[in-house]
Amino acid sequence: MMAELPKGQSIEEKQYLVRFKADTKSHLHVLDADICATRCPDKLCTIFCPAEVYKWEEVRMHVGYEGCHECGSCRIGCPHENIRWEYPKGGHGIIFRLA
Amino acid sequence: MAEKFDVIVVGAGPAGTACAYTLAKAGVNVLLIERGEYPGSKNVMGGVLYRKTMEDIIPGFYKEAPLERPIVEQRFMMMDKESALTFSYKGLEWAQEPYNNFTVLRAKFDQWFADKAVQEGALLLNETVALECIVEGGKVVGVRTDRPDGDVYADVVVLADGVNSLLAKSLGFHKELRPDEVALAVMEVLKLDRKIIEDRFNLEGDNGCTIEIFGDATKGILGTAWLYTNKDSLSIGVGAMLSGLIKHKIKPYQLLDYVKNHPMIRPYIQGGEQQEYLAHLIPEGGYNSMPKIVGNGVLVVGDAAQLVNAIHREGSNLAMASGVMAAEAILAARQAGDFSEKTLDSYRVNLLQSFVGQDLKKYKDATHHFEKYPQYFEKYIPMMNRMASQMFTVDGTSKWEKQKKIWREIGTAGEKWRIARDLMNAWRVIK
Repeated sequence: MMAELPKGQSIEEKQYLVRFKADTKSHLHVLDADICATRCPDKLCTIFCPAEVYKWEEVRMHVGYEGCHECGSCRIGCPHENIRWEYPKGGHGIIFRLA
Repeated sequence: MAEKFDVIVVGAGPAGTACAYTLAKAGVNVLLIERGEYPGSKNVMGGVLYRKTMEDIIPGFYKEAPLERPIVEQRFMMMDKESALTFSYKGLEWAQEPYNNFTVLRAKFDQWFADKAVQEGALLLNETVALECIVEGGKVVGVRTDRPDGDVYADVVVLADGVNSLLAKSLGFHKELRPDEVALAVMEVLKLDRKIIEDRFNLEGDNGCTIEIFGDATKGILGTAWLYTNKDSLSIGVGAMLSGLIKHKIKPYQLLDYVKNHPMIRPYIQGGEQQEYLAHLIPEGGYNSMPKIVGNGVLVVGDAAQLVNAIHREGSNLAMASGVMAAEAILAARQAGDFSEKTLDSYRVNLLQSFVGQDLKKYKDATHHFEKYPQYFEKYIPMMNRMASQMFTVDGTSKWEKQKKIWREIGTAGEKWRIARDLMNAWRVIK
């Protein structure tokens, strides 16, 4: 059941407000690409990730780790426990300035 | 590096900094490790900071800490699609010393607090990830960091590494968190002229107001939205159980936009200019989700120990209290010259006896209950709104007739029994 919510602002507009210092390598890893392709019809991470880091691109999962808020939802919410989740290198990743 | 400290604290949030501050003040050689560029740069809070626990650590802190507004009014909105039933308490005793709580912006507050620990003698190491605990002979003896030659040693390591606590997990203190143990919170800070804020929220001077929003804000998922006044900005956010977002296939930021555009909320935030968008997890599993928090040479505090009272939106105060109690246990262990689990266990005992343990115990079944029975949010809040509308609409019907109509609309006798039972059960899990 997809809840009916009006289309608000795009995630890009929100992410534009945030300061990131991207690491050169990803701290998020899809462990087995086949599981996303064959065993996960809903691709839930593409829905609940608050930064839309995960995007399904026809045959593979694109992981835009540069915009990650490091919340941990993907690691916990992936129904196949198919995401390895680490912290970015010290001083890298998201840098909240306010709240 | 291979340096040795008396104590290493991982994470410079409220729990870790409270611990490091208390230890440093007592003359202990303490290293405070923070993975962010500065303390607070990875942290998110709604954010209400309660005065009491912070003042136990630094008396009169509110005279110098970077706070936003002392809260003098707390509103609770039971919101339906085009209506809201609101309950509020406003008291001017909260507008003066010693105050009750304040809104804060954590990136500013956490830096200030960590600076205080540094002034007491703690060594703060920013931009450093603690990758794992170094375990020797069944005892935690230090941490491996991501710096070159990054092993550091200590008699005790305090894990204040936040809700995900990868370190406590790697020690086997807890299993992976479940989606029904965490709420995913997303929020925005909206810049708004302070005069407009004071007019809209009926405030004088620096005083502030908080609004907790239940019901339509989370589309029937267990969670809340909030709208808090800062000095010259508003913090608006929504937190919902991750399991609920998954089940209903809702994008969290679309839920936030839904709240922002809701006719009951929109007028408050009109003209606010977006400054930041933030996402974070809140540990909501409570008492039943608490991991093992004491081991040989190691203690777990704050969000890492799942210390959040979701019913009362308290977390940072529980975190600070746990940090102080961990520090006290370490000081006692130093006296005894023994850092075994047995000696450090005084932390766990004291924590469970304190308000932290007592409150977590009191509400131990609450999250699970409201998660399992969605009718409270899906059904009863709209029903309360309809009742209020019915009762307060003057349309020539007598009040007796209105009461009868309301009674009929609640449903059949069976449905009334079910509501009575639900109310009893809700009372049972929060009483």
